[in-house]
Amino acid sequence: MAETTKKTPFVRLAKRELTSPAKAWGIRALSILIALIIGSIPIMLVGVNPVSAYGVIVQGSLGKSIYLQQTIKIAIPLLGCALAIAPCFKMRFWNIGAEGQLTAGAIGASAIAFYFGKSLPSAVSLPLMLIIAALFGGLWGLIPGFFKAKYNTNETLFTLMMNYIAIGIAAWLQGGPWEGRPGTQIIDTFDAKTFLPKVFGVHAGWIIVLVIVVFMHIYMTKTKHGYEVAVIGDSENTARYAGMNVGKIMMRTMFLSGAIAGIVGFVVISGANHTLTKGVAAGVGFTAITVSWLSHLNSYVMIAISLLLAIISKGSSTLNQRLGVPASVAEIVSGILLFCMLSCEFFINYKLIFRSKESKEVSE
Amino acid sequence: MQKCAIELKNIRKTFGPVVANDGINLQINRGEILCLLGENGSGKTTLMNMLSGIYQPDSGSIYAEGEEIFIRSPHDAYKYGIGMIHQHYHLVDVFTAAQNIVLGLDEKLDIAAVNDKVKSICERYGFHVDPRKKIYDMSVSQKQTIEIVKVLYRGAEILILDEPTAVLTPQETDKLFAVLRNMKADGKAIVLITHKLAEVLSVSDKVAILRKGKYIATVNTKETNQQQLTDMMVGRSVTLNIDRPKYEKPEDKLVVEGLTVTDREGIKRLDNVTFTAKSGEILGVAGIAGSGQKELLESISGLYPVSSGSIRFINNQGTQVELVGKTPLQIRQVGVGMGFVPEDRLGMGLVGSMGMTNNMMLRSWRNGKGIFFNRRNPEDLARKVWDNLEVVTPSTEFPVRRMSGGNIQKVLVGREIASRPPVLLTAYAVRGLDINTSYAIYNLLTEQKMSGSAVLYVGEELDVLLELCDRILVLCAGKVSGIVDARNTTKEEIGLLMTTVGGSKEEN
Repeated sequence: MAETTKKTPFVRLAKRELTSPAKAWGIRALSILIALIIGSIPIMLVGVNPVSAYGVIVQGSLGKSIYLQQTIKIAIPLLGCALAIAPCFKMRFWNIGAEGQLTAGAIGASAIAFYFGKSLPSAVSLPLMLIIAALFGGLWGLIPGFFKAKYNTNETLFTLMMNYIAIGIAAWLQGGPWEGRPGTQIIDTFDAKTFLPKVFGVHAGWIIVLVIVVFMHIYMTKTKHGYEVAVIGDSENTARYAGMNVGKIMMRTMFLSGAIAGIVGFVVISGANHTLTKGVAAGVGFTAITVSWLSHLNSYVMIAISLLLAIISKGSSTLNQRLGVPASVAEIVSGILLFCMLSCEFFINYKLIFRSKESKEVSE
Repeated sequence: MQKCAIELKNIRKTFGPVVANDGINLQINRGEILCLLGENGSGKTTLMNMLSGIYQPDSGSIYAEGEEIFIRSPHDAYKYGIGMIHQHYHLVDVFTAAQNIVLGLDEKLDIAAVNDKVKSICERYGFHVDPRKKIYDMSVSQKQTIEIVKVLYRGAEILILDEPTAVLTPQETDKLFAVLRNMKADGKAIVLITHKLAEVLSVSDKVAILRKGKYIATVNTKETNQQQLTDMMVGRSVTLNIDRPKYEKPEDKLVVEGLTVTDREGIKRLDNVTFTAKSGEILGVAGIAGSGQKELLESISGLYPVSSGSIRFINNQGTQVELVGKTPLQIRQVGVGMGFVPEDRLGMGLVGSMGMTNNMMLRSWRNGKGIFFNRRNPEDLARKVWDNLEVVTPSTEFPVRRMSGGNIQKVLVGREIASRPPVLLTAYAVRGLDINTSYAIYNLLTEQKMSGSAVLYVGEELDVLLELCDRILVLCAGKVSGIVDARNTTKEEIGLLMTTVGGSKEEN
């Protein structure tokens, strides 16, 4: 018999039965601290004091109200898309197409702004843009939902491919029918009547996403729809047995998810970009997956996580300007942060038990 | 070689605040069949999982051949000759029997040699296995055989079987026990986890009893009886008989006429089935496994397509409602409740990640106002089921997936009974449940009947069918071979009908 099996293992894993929420958040806070410590290594390697670097990140993202406004502007689409994805993930429908649904929504909003922006008053054009964007995004999400429900196609691949199609359409509009001055490949800035008004220095998109936060929380925890989504996520057979129409619920949820992503597209167009480019989603649809997942699909936690990512994003560009730290180093630091935050979930669900002294004596 | 193969001393295991095992002492001997007996959640499976390397004890020690050992993984367990056959099989469907048997073994794959070795193991103990057969082509009992051969192939000297008979027919059970006796004669040590006392008494040499995670005693099977074992298991004296009151005004509730269904391969699963279920009676359905019981219940509840025939529900006003062609939801709204307990409890009847309350809601979530669901009624119901059926769980929000098998079943059956439907369909309602809980469920079914429901009870144990039901419908190969009065029949008569295709029909 091998020598090692004579002893109890040095360290073993045990599943924690129920970790108290306070303790769980304590572990998560600790993981951020550990990430900051590990993250200081690459910063030191480029010859910068990590403490002052972190100081610059915080100062550059929160230090002045103008910085804070910019940070919030980054967080808005991130939060919106995370909210859009959440019900799909709860249903275990791996919608990684928020990017495309956002773009589809942006195209819808831009169409209104492009053709009617000058003629319609804001009070008409803005709500119209929002509705059309929600419709475009919703239909873009409905397509993979329909095929999954009817033919059980793979939703991961399907939603991913739909992203490229939406981006392709935006690129075509940008370089073709909607092109401003010929040859520029740029659409002219829309009429100012289609711009979202500013509230406290940031475009009103933040109010829209906060409304969606509350809506999504209630939808997921209090409504029949939310319950159906949760049951399907656990077991489709159970859902069928309980008399739920699984296909219908899938399509409905995908439409909702796409519609919210589409509204985010409208917010980006009308609040920030004021024009349509093929890069309107800018990877937000993918980063939002991380936000959704880290928040355990909890709407309110998503606010904090999306703000945190926005702080790092805004702060690291300041870091680049002031201390000359390359942007890639800042990206490494945010990668380390995400890694630590995701892996800490392991320690929330499992605990390590080290070999106790007594059992050592027995085995010797 | 010592007689004692494995000895457990003072084993303790906790899961968070739950003490699953405490102060367990157990001796497992060669050439003996030891039954591990205990109610649901008494820690039998946990204890055996520690022997098979899935869990580690918090304290206490395990000795093999008088020497202390530490079993850190299932791989370690094999090294000590311990093999466990779990309740849920771990087989790859698209592989053959032989491929499954050698899966995970660190040796050169010579499938011909494997086939030979499998054959020799089978011959030695009286199994019948075709090593080239794919798992998806196998019946439940064949899959179980593969699991047993798998551990024998790895040279297991100590076999642990976790409720092996729960999914077997009486005939298959007899076959399994014959094999176990052969192994015993061969000097293997066998541990059997079971609830069925009749089996314990017929097959084992010794019985070890656990109660609420604590070790009670080990007794010699010859020197004990059913009543004593039950009392030790429950911790107090329990009476083992079922009250069977007679309902005064039985009325027809469900009329099934000429029901015929065919499966995807075109084989007739039900052939011209005709019967009437009355209010205030429990109509038992007996038959060898796979005689059409499942298809009968599923076609009544709208889950199985009907080829021809009619199923009519008669409501309180005396109006007949045709159920064929309605969706499962419409049928439930008419008043036919399904207490169908599927083989895979979590896969069909319950949502594993949710607590009791949300699982109760699976039947009532549509009832809330507008878009919102109502959680108060399900919460009350969950508390009622929790109290009445003595479900062991820390709270009504605790995920049912993390409860023990029997407790999961209690939640499921409790919910179905609670909706008090005019027609209640139940199948294997007590499968995997211990004595005490089984009787609690029998009483609940009788209560249902006395409140005027027509109860259809598909059961496995003939003794229970004879005691519980008013009439028994016997199915054989999809045909009704007889409907008998349960008060004036014998086990032998039913046994005969079970094997007679389309025997004489007598309607009461």
